[in-house]
Parts: sequence; C-alpha cells; structure tokens
Amino acid sequence: MEKVSITIDGKPIEVEEGSYVLQAAEELGIKIPTLCYYEHMTPYAACRICSVEARDGKGWTKIVTACNYPAWDGLQIFTDTPRVITARKVNLEMLMSHCAPAPVLQELADELGVKEPRWGIGTDTCIMCGLCVRICDEVVGAHALTFSSRGIDREVSTPFKLESEDCILCGACARYCPTGHIRMTDTNGRILHSELTLGPNTAISIPFRQAIPNAPRIDPDYCIHMATGGCKLCSKVCPKECINYEDKDEFEELEIGAIIIATGFQDFDPTPMQQFGYGKYPNVLSSIEFEQMNNAASPTDGKILMENGEEPRSIAILHCIGSRDEDHHKYCSRVCCMYALKFAHLVKEKTNAEVYQLYIDMRTFGKGYEEFYQRILTEGVNVIRGKGGEIVPAPPEYSSEGNLLVRCEDTLIGKFREIPVDMVILCTALEARGDAEDIARKFNISTGADGWFIEAHPKLAPVSTTTEGVFLAGVCQGPKDIPDTVAQGTAAAAHSIRLLNMGEVLMDAAYAEIVEEFCSGCRICNGLCPYNAITFDEEKKVSEINSALCKACGTCVAACPTGAIKARHFTDDQIYAQIEGILA
Amino acid sequence: MTNFEPKILGILCNWCSYTGADLAGTARMKYPANMRSVRVMCSGRVDPGFIFDALRAGADGVLVCGCHPGDCHYHEGNYKCMRRIPLTKILLEDMGIDPRRLRLEWVSASEGARFQQVVTEFTEELRALGPLKLRELNFDPDHPAGGDNHVAVESAAHDELEAGH
Repeated sequence: MEKVSITIDGKPIEVEEGSYVLQAAEELGIKIPTLCYYEHMTPYAACRICSVEARDGKGWTKIVTACNYPAWDGLQIFTDTPRVITARKVNLEMLMSHCAPAPVLQELADELGVKEPRWGIGTDTCIMCGLCVRICDEVVGAHALTFSSRGIDREVSTPFKLESEDCILCGACARYCPTGHIRMTDTNGRILHSELTLGPNTAISIPFRQAIPNAPRIDPDYCIHMATGGCKLCSKVCPKECINYEDKDEFEELEIGAIIIATGFQDFDPTPMQQFGYGKYPNVLSSIEFEQMNNAASPTDGKILMENGEEPRSIAILHCIGSRDEDHHKYCSRVCCMYALKFAHLVKEKTNAEVYQLYIDMRTFGKGYEEFYQRILTEGVNVIRGKGGEIVPAPPEYSSEGNLLVRCEDTLIGKFREIPVDMVILCTALEARGDAEDIARKFNISTGADGWFIEAHPKLAPVSTTTEGVFLAGVCQGPKDIPDTVAQGTAAAAHSIRLLNMGEVLMDAAYAEIVEEFCSGCRICNGLCPYNAITFDEEKKVSEINSALCKACGTCVAACPTGAIKARHFTDDQIYAQIEGILA
Repeated sequence: MTNFEPKILGILCNWCSYTGADLAGTARMKYPANMRSVRVMCSGRVDPGFIFDALRAGADGVLVCGCHPGDCHYHEGNYKCMRRIPLTKILLEDMGIDPRRLRLEWVSASEGARFQQVVTEFTEELRALGPLKLRELNFDPDHPAGGDNHVAVESAAHDELEAGH
C-alpha cells in the first residue's frame, strides 16, 4: 500500500492509501463523534454522526462520513466547520425523531446544542446503527441477527423473527448496542445481586482474585471463538501475542508419595428455606455475598450498599441458617458466630446502620474470641438470643425504619419481636461438597453421615485417614476456622514429608486374599467391595484382590459361596474357633 | 426356669460396636455377663454360618452389632449385614428356631449406655424364651455332619447369599 499525505483540521498525517479518515483522526487525537463505528468491523456509515467536510484544496468540497471515507493524496478534512456541525445536527435530529432520548443521543444533543429536535421525539430505541447485525456476522460469526422489512418498518431481528437456533447467547449484540435496545434478560426471574451470580462473566478472565498463576484464561464454554470459530478479538488486541486457542486441559500422570485432601466445603444454599426469602428479596444476602461486597475490590468498592445503591439503615445478621437445624444439618458450623461478629464490626465501622445479631448460642470459643465479642457489645450491636424465624416485606408503617421485617423470638425476655431492617445477612452452614462421596471413593477413605471425611481416629489421629499415605486438611474433614485449618494443614504436610523421607508405606497386616483353587469365578464379591479392590482375571477366570486397596472389612469373605476368600487375622477358621471356645 | 442364664454370642464390629462395648466397660456400666463377644472388622463380615454355628455350639441367642446406617467405616458393610440378617431370620424360623434369638442392633462407639441397654434387654428376652433345645428339633449338635440338618443349613446359607446379591 502506498502512503498518502492528508491533513485533518490542518494537521498533516501520512496514512495508507484507502484507509479511513476516522482512523487517521484517531491517530491524531482528533475526536469525531460516531454511534455506529467499531474498529474491528467494516464501517457502515449508518448513523452519519461522523460527518466531516472533505476538500481538495482547489475548491472542491463535500460532506462525507469519516468512518468509511478512504484517504487519498492531498485530501483535506475539516471536522468542525459550520457545515459539519449543521450536518451532524440534522442527522441527530433525524435519529431523535425516530428514537426516544437514549442517554447516548441526549449526550450528543447536549454536545451539538440540539435543544428541540425539529421533527419531534420518537418512541423507538433502535437507531439502526447495525452494530449488532455486523458484530454477529463479522466478529461472532453466528449470523443470528439481520435487518428485516423495509423503509419505515425496517428493524433488527432474528431471521423471520423466529427464535434463532444460531444464536450462541454470547451477548455481544447487547454489549455493543449503543442505546440499550438489545438487552440480555434472565428468563427465570432470578435476582442477581452478587459477584458470585452476577450474570455472565467474560469468556477470558483471571478466574478469581489472587489466582495462581495470576493470568487470564479462556473459558471454552463461553468463548465465542470456540463456539463459532469467529471473533479472535483478544488475539487481535493482545500486544504480546499471548493468546493460544489451541491450548487444552491436559491430564498428567504423576507419581506421588503422599496425598493431602483439602477439598474444603460448599455453602449451604438457603433458597429452599423460603421463610428467609433468599433469592426473593434482593437485600437478603448470604454471608459469602456480604463478605464479597466488603472486599475493597468488590463491585461496590467495599461499601455496604443495598441493591438500590443506598446505604442500609439497619442490618440483621441471622446465625445458624442450615446448621444446628434438625431439618438440615445438625452440626454447628463453628465459624459463623465469629464472622457474624466481624460483620457487625465492619457495618459499625463503615456505616451508621443499626446491627441486630440473632443467635441461638454465642460460641466464642477460641483464643481472643470472647474478648472480641465483648468489644462488639461495647460498639452498640444489638444481640438477640433467638433464631430468626421469618423475613417478610415490612408493612408501610415501618417504612421509615426498614424495608424488611425480621420476625423472631427474643428468648431472654421471652417475647416475640418484629424488627424492621433494610438488609439481612444469612450465616449459612458450611456443608460437605456435593462430590465428597466421589472423592472418598477415589482415595479409599470414608465420609460420615454429614459427608465430612472421617479421620483415622477422632482424638489420636485427626489428620490421617484409614488409607495409608492419605491425609486430611481443613474443612473437608469437618467445620473449622482458619487457625485450626492451618494447624491441620501443617500437620498433614509434616506427615507427608515423613512418608516421603521413609520412601515406603507400612500396610496393615489384615487384608483379604483369594485362594485361587477354590474360586469358582462367580464374581459375587466383585461388586461388593466398597474400595473396588477386587477385579476379575478374565484369563484365569478367578477374582483377585489388590491387597494395597483392601481395607479388611471382610464383606466379601462373608459373601463368598465357596469360602475361597480368606480374611487375614479374621479367617473363618479363627472365628469358628473363637465361637467354639467362647460357648464351650 | 427362673435361674436359667442364657448364653449369648455377640458379634461386634471393630469400629463402632466393639468400641461402644469397650466404652461401656471403661465407664463401669454393668450389663449381664451372658454375652461373650467376638470382634470382626465390620458387620459386613458376619457370615450367616457364624450364627448357625453359634447356635449349634450352645448359644441361646446371637447379637450382631454394627455402626449406624451411614456411619460404616467401610462405607456400606453394615447395609450388607442389614440385608443378610432378616434373611437369616427366615432361615432360622424355617428350622424351627425362634427368630427372636437373632438380633441386629446399631451401636456407635459413643453409645456405651445403649450397648448396656441392648445386652440387658436381649438377655431378658432370651431368659423369657428359655434355652434353645436343638435336640427337640431333631438335630444333634454334637454330630452336626451326621444328620441332614447340617447340609440344609449350609445350602440355605448359600441361597441367602445368592438372594442377597
């Protein structure tokens, strides 16, 4: 391409022949307003707001659209002549005659001094800029949007106005729509009020703050390129050419000497407890959502705000949601009392709101915890002994105090109370992860009735499991706070290092073995083993026990119809002899 | 019959019931001395053969104890036991033995008091039932292999296993 010289508002610039005036202006830092231009798409000149005056210096002059007017040698562009301003005004007035005053149009009107559009103000919200149609075609490559009809009936829609199967729900059209004509809506009416559930994330992002490695990754489920083969915008803008679409998740096999299971917990979902209105009232938050809001890098910049952006006048913190509850989890989650007190402290520090703590028992068991509780009491937090019973919208007579009403029993004064508040925080139970059972199976360890992994001994071996070389750390073994988790994790690391240095694992002498000659190959035992230690040898037509996996429960021994399985230290002969001896 | 002392064989799982029995002992809880226990690793190890053999060898009742459902150290051994015991009871009944002589109870490691209660109750029940008289059932416990009964017991145990899985 040949270089050509042009001037914009008198400033000279060398550009490639045929490149567009708008790009040259951008390079020079001259702002030309536009509604329908986007650098990664073919210019379309639909809005005509980017009108500029082109001259050749010999008397020829013309109003052209900067976004798609190609540069030629000697071209002179003027961006703020009276002709240009008039052209832009007329174009804007025409857009406004069709469209309701979207913020972007209003801004332009203020900028250009259009007070009253001559042809009135329309009601539509689409300015026919075609950004959505072009982005869907050229960038996304889904081709799910089109212009339909003609003349004044022209509109953006899916082909034949039918629900489009080509739409990949990427949301690019809504993202680039300048007027908000296209919106992404959640069809099930769920309220999205925290970062956790704050609608779709970008497909390329750092997975969470403080992630290691702290680098963005592409989520293939949401990446437009993965879905359609189009887009690739991230690779176009990345100056270091870091984007690699071919990179895939890989499975690697590692030889290891010890395993520490630290899979943690999941938060109890309070939605089914309808009396608390979680998911129904926007200002009823779970504790993790409130914690997130308090983070300095949160969407509210760490401010405690209600959904409408106002500071709450009062906050109720409800303890034991889903824990210490016969209908859900009977156990105490152990951490909630302390973080609830911390919440109260944060609220007092950041806002003028009243704080109500509704607790069953205040469990401040750790070092310095009781002292912290006493400090909170002196900060003027209302502590009410009694579990929150119900949350309802506040009747109008309470509107000066709060939008929600917490009903509870104050068991210390023996009275039923109704407390108007603006925001409610539910201290949800810690519960075992939904896939804990799978993990337990994978590592030959067991879970208790609550789903927490069982340690080898509750007092004497709280870190080991019944499988040698597998250790537990943290809440996956049971609810515990940070110091306890650190202590257990450190212990697990120490245990592991001991094993690694030793180089071998000591096994229990008790395990089951199959006497091949007696095995009929019936395979009854195969499905019985909870540890999948029994496999069938297709060649020999007998079952085999992997003694390293066997935990010596003996279920297979009792089931073997031919008596071919021997439980070492618990053989049939030994037990029959014991019975004989005991009853003699 | 008032001074009849039944002999009971207790088959206790290592992780819950045996520890529970141990707890009853260390807590100095008194329970009848009629029960003598055999430790197995899991109630899933309890072969119906043990039960028949115990009754043959002179036990008046057999008590099988395991972890509470969901608490099994080996995930699901107690569920296997839970399926086998009712079938064994049917067999006992077919042989003319009162199925109440076999009892399955869940006792956790922390339930010393429950263990005490279970053993006391079972002893009382057996005391009321009276001694098990196998000879009256046309069975010679001293020569089990001599009669047809033993074969019946063995093959019945077989059927149970197959039915159980």
